[in-house]
Amino acid sequence: MHMADALISPAVGGTMWAASAGLLAWCARKIRQTLDDRLVPLMGVLGAFIFAAQMINFTIPATGSSGHLGGGLILAVLLGPYASFVVIASVLTVQALFFADGGLLALGCNIFNLGFFPAFVALPLIYRPIVRDARGGVRLWLGSMLAAIVGLQLGAFGVVIETTLSGISELPFDKFVMLMQPIHLAIGIVEGLATAAVVAFVARTRPEALVMPSAPVDFSVNLRPVQTGLLIAAVIVGGALSWFASSHPDGLEWSMGKVSGREELESREAGIHEDMARVQEKTAFLPDYGFKTGEPEETQAWPAVNAGTTISGLVGGAMVVALAGLAGYLLRLRRKTA
Amino acid sequence: MSHHIVEARDLAHVYPDGHEAIRGITFRIAHGESVGVIGPNGAGKSTLLLHLNGCLLPSRGEVRVGEFPVTRETSPQVRRAVGMVFQDPDDQLFMPTVLDDVAFGPLNYGLAPGEARQRAVAALERVGMANLQEQTPYRLSAGEKRAVAIATILAMTPDIVVMDEPSSNLDPRGRRRLIELLKSFEHTRIIATHDLELVLEVCSRVILLDAGSVVTEGPAADVMNDESLMLKHGLERPHSLRHKHPH
Amino acid sequence: MDEFGAMDSPAHRLDARAKAVATIAFIVAVMSFPPYELSGLAPFVIYPVVLLALSGIPPAFILRKVLIAAPFAICIGLFNPLFDRHPVVLPGGLVVAGGWISFASILFRFALTVSAALVWVASSGMHRLCAGLERIGAPRAFVVQLLFLHRYLFVVADEGLRMRRAMDLRSAGARGPSLRVYGSITGHLLLRALDRAHRVYAAMRARGFDGRVRALRETESRIGDAAFVVCWIAFFAIARKWNLAEALGAWITGGAR
Repeated sequence: MHMADALISPAVGGTMWAASAGLLAWCARKIRQTLDDRLVPLMGVLGAFIFAAQMINFTIPATGSSGHLGGGLILAVLLGPYASFVVIASVLTVQALFFADGGLLALGCNIFNLGFFPAFVALPLIYRPIVRDARGGVRLWLGSMLAAIVGLQLGAFGVVIETTLSGISELPFDKFVMLMQPIHLAIGIVEGLATAAVVAFVARTRPEALVMPSAPVDFSVNLRPVQTGLLIAAVIVGGALSWFASSHPDGLEWSMGKVSGREELESREAGIHEDMARVQEKTAFLPDYGFKTGEPEETQAWPAVNAGTTISGLVGGAMVVALAGLAGYLLRLRRKTA
Repeated sequence: MSHHIVEARDLAHVYPDGHEAIRGITFRIAHGESVGVIGPNGAGKSTLLLHLNGCLLPSRGEVRVGEFPVTRETSPQVRRAVGMVFQDPDDQLFMPTVLDDVAFGPLNYGLAPGEARQRAVAALERVGMANLQEQTPYRLSAGEKRAVAIATILAMTPDIVVMDEPSSNLDPRGRRRLIELLKSFEHTRIIATHDLELVLEVCSRVILLDAGSVVTEGPAADVMNDESLMLKHGLERPHSLRHKHPH
Repeated sequence: MDEFGAMDSPAHRLDARAKAVATIAFIVAVMSFPPYELSGLAPFVIYPVVLLALSGIPPAFILRKVLIAAPFAICIGLFNPLFDRHPVVLPGGLVVAGGWISFASILFRFALTVSAALVWVASSGMHRLCAGLERIGAPRAFVVQLLFLHRYLFVVADEGLRMRRAMDLRSAGARGPSLRVYGSITGHLLLRALDRAHRVYAAMRARGFDGRVRALRETESRIGDAAFVVCWIAFFAIARKWNLAEALGAWITGGAR
């Protein structure tokens, strides 16, 4: 769920950059205050571990498909909120810079969506109260699952809000929510399972490894307002979701179909008849939906099309691109001969 | 020159999980000496080495470097005198470029950037790796990594060089270079390794460890020529000794 | 990517900060266009192209990276033609849904922003980039974290790869291990990572580490860097304000509107 630059407006991107940079500075200060310099290599290597762990897949029970660790929650569990936020931010930065996975302008959004929620919501408000110091069993599995699901639901909701506010994608808010939240429910369950499996293993084989040099948790003071706020947010979001679900029942059906449709395409076992049925479903869906969404208002908003402008725009655009390419080629040539 | 002496007195270490890795080791290594520490896996070689620069502190007994006991308080000075080359160079080379890495130690000990750079370049020249300054450590070959790791230590101008398995993962040429380099050092050298031929070439004396205790110590060729002793402790008599002393 | 960072070229010699500022200005300018813009974006192609040409990095490398990253933008962008179906007349009388125009615009922006960012990173190299970040005021802990992450990324990923290979060889073609086996494999990987962190820390302490990571810095601001930033920002501002491509096109087609 890394967002790309192409879907973010500078205003949204800038705001989220500021939010994430502020959080990062705050976490960096908290880490410095712990004066534990063991954290320096530990955080670096654990960030690298997240990359490595993402290469190892496992079979999701009772489905036959496979998933892997995302990493936000396990970092939070291992390092505590402050250090884990910095690590997640660094992982996302390297992904953005070196693998073009998520854009630069969108980096603030991605750090916030994938870093803030696991570290500062899922860990202190869900994982720790439920799991406490359990090293396995129901508490660990339940806490991991719930924490991962909530963290990813909030993150996915963040993606939806940021994309909608940017106004570049035409995907309506309600449809986008219906697309993102169920998918991330599935991803959250996978994340919870993977996290619990790894924590349980480490707890069994080397329990002392779970006691990390992490920052002292001073949440106790301001926990209540956060909890209240979250509760209110949950009620609102839940209400809104159920309203959308009831007023657009086909929307939910559709986004579910979309999810399962993707899986079908990936699995080789799916018969060709099923595939055909999917294709039919999809083609049947298009006229139903696409034509009806708020057409009248938007027609007015759409600027009058002037063929002349477009012609000169197209010609000029093509020319400029060609010129740029030529300039680049000449520059290279000069460098090579020089 | 007494300050280059390394001494262990009844040194013992118990890990937090209760495992007693070394139990009552005593030895004395004089200035400029080159000593091999040999023994089977799990004999306590690495644990012993980690005590020599205060990475681990003794559970019992003490280590003295140049008449100072190694404690939490003295470890910064001790680490200046005792340079440690770790087994995996990837653990030792953590900075973004080779030059940054070699300059890391000198900078930490308060040298100005210009001076630190000179030292780093000189150390890289000493190990024949001056052309790699701007490289990323990850991209180097095993032999180059090892040489750079040694340079990181030389840049701190230690009196004593401690090495854990310096020839592991090296190809024959890299190993040969390493041996020639080690022979050329005037530092006190303490080398833990399974590479007995290397010990034979570089070290004048060996300490044989097993199960956390010193089994014997003495001139390298004498100790390692005792076939039954070597076999008893999971080692073997080096081939070159067999050829020199046929039955 | 690291190989390119170690190269030497006019683009590499620029201060990483100058490239950072220019690239961010570039992305902001590109993303501030309204959703249906296409021709106005065209002049912006010049920035990544020139930087790429100056750096001597093979264009195919950047192109491949852009393509690898494309699916997400395509996925979300594809909804535009679905939801925005107002007819738009193209030159030649062809009628398409307005969503296709904004879709094309999304893809164009995507290619521009991603390629600019990639060229910036590839022509800087991680350590210069981090030095630059620190000097524009990024938190130290974060910069050091980036350096260490980057340093151990491949080391730990290699370990992960080896473990996966060993697992695949014994898993008889199954898609993945069960959750229990997964926990053990990934858990082992984690324990190894923790051990490594421990050893790295010991190695750092052995060389006098006291909580501060010091590095030799040699970046100094030069007039060339400042000129680079100023010129590009001026160009972005002009290209953002006036549609240069359209002006050129109008001039060529004889001013026909």
